[in-house]
Amino acid sequence: MAENGIGAPVRRKEDKRFITGKGTYTDDINRPGQAYAYFVRSPYPHATINGIDKAAAEAAPGVLAVITGDDVAEAGWGGLICGWMVKNKDGSDMRAGNHPVLAQGKVRYVGDHVACVVAETYAQAKDGAELVEVDYGPLIACAALADADRPGQPQIHDDVPNNTVYNWELGDQAAVDQALASAAHVTKVDLTNNRVVPNAMEPRAAIGEYDSAQEAFTLYTTSQNPHVARLVMSAFIQVAPEHKLRVIAPDVGGGFGSKIYIYSEECICLLAARKIGRPVKWTGDRSEAFLSDAHGRDHITHAELGMDADGNFTALKVHTKANMGGYLSLFASCVPTYLYATLLAGQYRTPQIYCAVDAVFTNTVPVDAYRGAGRPEATYLLETIIDQAADELGRDPADLRRQNFIKPEQFPYDTPVALTYDTGNFHAVLDKALEVSDYANFASRRAASEAKGKLRGIGFSCYIEACGIAPSAVVGSLGAGVGLWESAKIRFTHTGVCQVLTGTHSHGQGHETVFAQLIAEKLGVPIENVEVIHGDTDKTPVGMGTYGSRSLAVGGQAIANAADKIIEKGKKIAAHLLEASEADIEFKDGSFTVAGTDRSKALGEVIFEAYVPHHIPQGLVEPGMEEGAFYDPANFTYPSGTYICEVEVDPDTGVVSIDRVVAVDDFGVIVNPLIVEGQVHGGLAQGIGQALTENCVYDSAGQLLSASYMDYCMPKADDLPTFEIATTSTPCSHNALGVKGCGEAGAIGSPPAVMNAVADAIGTRVSMPATAEKVWRALQASKTSQAAE
Amino acid sequence: MVSVSMTVNGKAVTKDVEPRTLLVEFLRQNLGLTGTHVGCDTSQCGACVVHVNGKSVKACTALAMQCAGAEVTTIEGLANGADLHPMQAAFREHHALQCGFCTPGMIMSAVDLVKTNADPSEKEIREWLEGNICRCTGYHNIVKAIKAAAADMRG
Repeated sequence: MAENGIGAPVRRKEDKRFITGKGTYTDDINRPGQAYAYFVRSPYPHATINGIDKAAAEAAPGVLAVITGDDVAEAGWGGLICGWMVKNKDGSDMRAGNHPVLAQGKVRYVGDHVACVVAETYAQAKDGAELVEVDYGPLIACAALADADRPGQPQIHDDVPNNTVYNWELGDQAAVDQALASAAHVTKVDLTNNRVVPNAMEPRAAIGEYDSAQEAFTLYTTSQNPHVARLVMSAFIQVAPEHKLRVIAPDVGGGFGSKIYIYSEECICLLAARKIGRPVKWTGDRSEAFLSDAHGRDHITHAELGMDADGNFTALKVHTKANMGGYLSLFASCVPTYLYATLLAGQYRTPQIYCAVDAVFTNTVPVDAYRGAGRPEATYLLETIIDQAADELGRDPADLRRQNFIKPEQFPYDTPVALTYDTGNFHAVLDKALEVSDYANFASRRAASEAKGKLRGIGFSCYIEACGIAPSAVVGSLGAGVGLWESAKIRFTHTGVCQVLTGTHSHGQGHETVFAQLIAEKLGVPIENVEVIHGDTDKTPVGMGTYGSRSLAVGGQAIANAADKIIEKGKKIAAHLLEASEADIEFKDGSFTVAGTDRSKALGEVIFEAYVPHHIPQGLVEPGMEEGAFYDPANFTYPSGTYICEVEVDPDTGVVSIDRVVAVDDFGVIVNPLIVEGQVHGGLAQGIGQALTENCVYDSAGQLLSASYMDYCMPKADDLPTFEIATTSTPCSHNALGVKGCGEAGAIGSPPAVMNAVADAIGTRVSMPATAEKVWRALQASKTSQAAE
Repeated sequence: MVSVSMTVNGKAVTKDVEPRTLLVEFLRQNLGLTGTHVGCDTSQCGACVVHVNGKSVKACTALAMQCAGAEVTTIEGLANGADLHPMQAAFREHHALQCGFCTPGMIMSAVDLVKTNADPSEKEIREWLEGNICRCTGYHNIVKAIKAAAADMRG
């Protein structure tokens, strides 16, 4: 292994600026002459806008402009878009509805963007916003997912009947119905996957700037994918041609999906900057984040799992209703379809699977991909119904799972829901998790809890996810508007400094360290001499950004491929310098050597020769040392894992305490174990948060009741245990690095492990989050029903 | 506008501010000390924790005027020149940060904990961090880093 190469727990290169307060987040940037924006947001979930009186606001101290939907229309800008076309069962296109940048005659959720006040100071913009008089005509709202597509409900978009975006299906319904009819046992569940809010700690922010001489915009923004932002703003919203729009995403304080999308605020900062001829800055506060960042999850599902007399799964039938919110966000349509239904085979050999998904509008904040995106919903469903089945059949939950696992010798394995798992060893992962968790002695731990008056439960979850998103041809056939390859460029300077330019974006993942490790491994360059550059469309090659655990599996492989091109070119130069045949040159540990001899040239010498080609014959190679690569994966990658959770419940209060969480993951090859563990920890905390504390609540009228940290319960340090982490490895077969991705696993695998543990402890199932009140009520109800018997 | 003077990271500063200016706004906007962050508007997240007269305070919950005459230390003033404070070093060593946004507040809060409790248990650390939210790390490595820093600071 190269020093600090693949597998080394290297301490992060980026940390020094963050621990000393020298990070540069968007709100830390101030541009000369900058003005401030504040948004007028709808207090109504559903209302017509009969008029907007801007006069008082425009006359307020410091106010420079009040921008409404009319200004957007006058600029000729289009609306925000959804990038994935999903087809209905009958083959017709989904109905996306319009998503104006600022409201046009109607608002569709509390927080919807109505107007923007720009002023000399933030306080003056905020004060001015209070003076914008909007004449609303309140309409009855449709806030409940279950009712949204019933006839007679309020129509949210005129051109979307029954608020139905699509009715989509995957699989052979008749075959599944037949298999269920002949099953020895059918387990049925009705589940809600609760709505949660991503809550990256840095609120979204943007600075728009306009250069009237160049007729060009610059946007500083909190984005996970600056190139995608530029593409969407340019090609679809028509803000400006791509070469007239530079997007910079500097240090970004977490994303978890919520900073993938292109939002109104970013667009309006650009429009306002052009209008007033000065940079315009908007920084969201936390309340605005709750009201306008895309939310996550929000499914209701009925599912049936058929089994034969031996407990072999024979068929799974799923019907899910997915909440899209008031508008269709950028990735929203693909989350409950291609990122959900395709994962319903899980780790199992279930031969027949059918899934129908109804996506509906409601008068709520738009819902889109949040850490895991569809895969947590699939895992929660599958791992709940299997647990329930084990309970009904009196089977050990680990054994029933193992019995139905895809066997190691069955890879590559074609699932009935359109994916081909290339590698995996689910048995090995489960075995390791059972060992780490000391499952064999669970009974004694349960007895010890009982002795203290506590109820102890254990819960399993065996997840698989498809990540490394994604093969362009596959996503294209599924309706994606773009290809999902990734790009990289490696540029050496005269003195041997290595610049790595990537189209991915790091907002906590540690790319500056991990990508430097790839260079150390491939080229033998010390990581101190590697500079990773990302987050600026003027500097980096066009790339598709960071989400879906893709940065290493797709972006990292692009870097590795570019490094191979460096080696190839270097071999030509080295062969000439060493007076040997190119075929005889080997590259290892940063040196080109003539095979079988001690004659060699260091990479640095070869690079210097490339830039100062005094000894290179004309035509051998071009001068310089800079190579690029685009990489389009052949398949998704398939990390998998087994998570085991043990909880203790206090029967007097219903309080659930997590005693242990064991997470064993197969991420293939691991580049930096320290960073991988950190990713798992964070994912676990978010999944446990969804299971125990977090819940986004709307009342029946469509008001958001949980719009601050006073009401939305973020998991804190004392809600969580010390995690027990281990890994196994079956390298990915179709990328040369053998890597799979680890960013979402924790959030995918943990909710069902926690909820199954709670069910095991209290003997009945409750919905997420398993709050003390809910658990206590469930315990009281079972006491009452037991007494009645 | 009112004139406010205080000592920030050892330097005397005086600025004219609106009376409603919060300490965090004063630090970020008037002094350009952007290491202190704002992550919420209800005084829950702790991204803005600084030290005022040696005690950890949420800078979003104090007016700049309230801190007139005070000694304020921010994350930028924690290291001794080029030498990181042991808490900063421990956060890096134990990978206790990812996106880095909550980190300055976490570190300032943790330094105050160790000042009053030189050898905090895991439980005490987790309880102390009630006022600091991290969305990236699951707190696991933050707890580890604080324990390690406390040991280092005990010498």
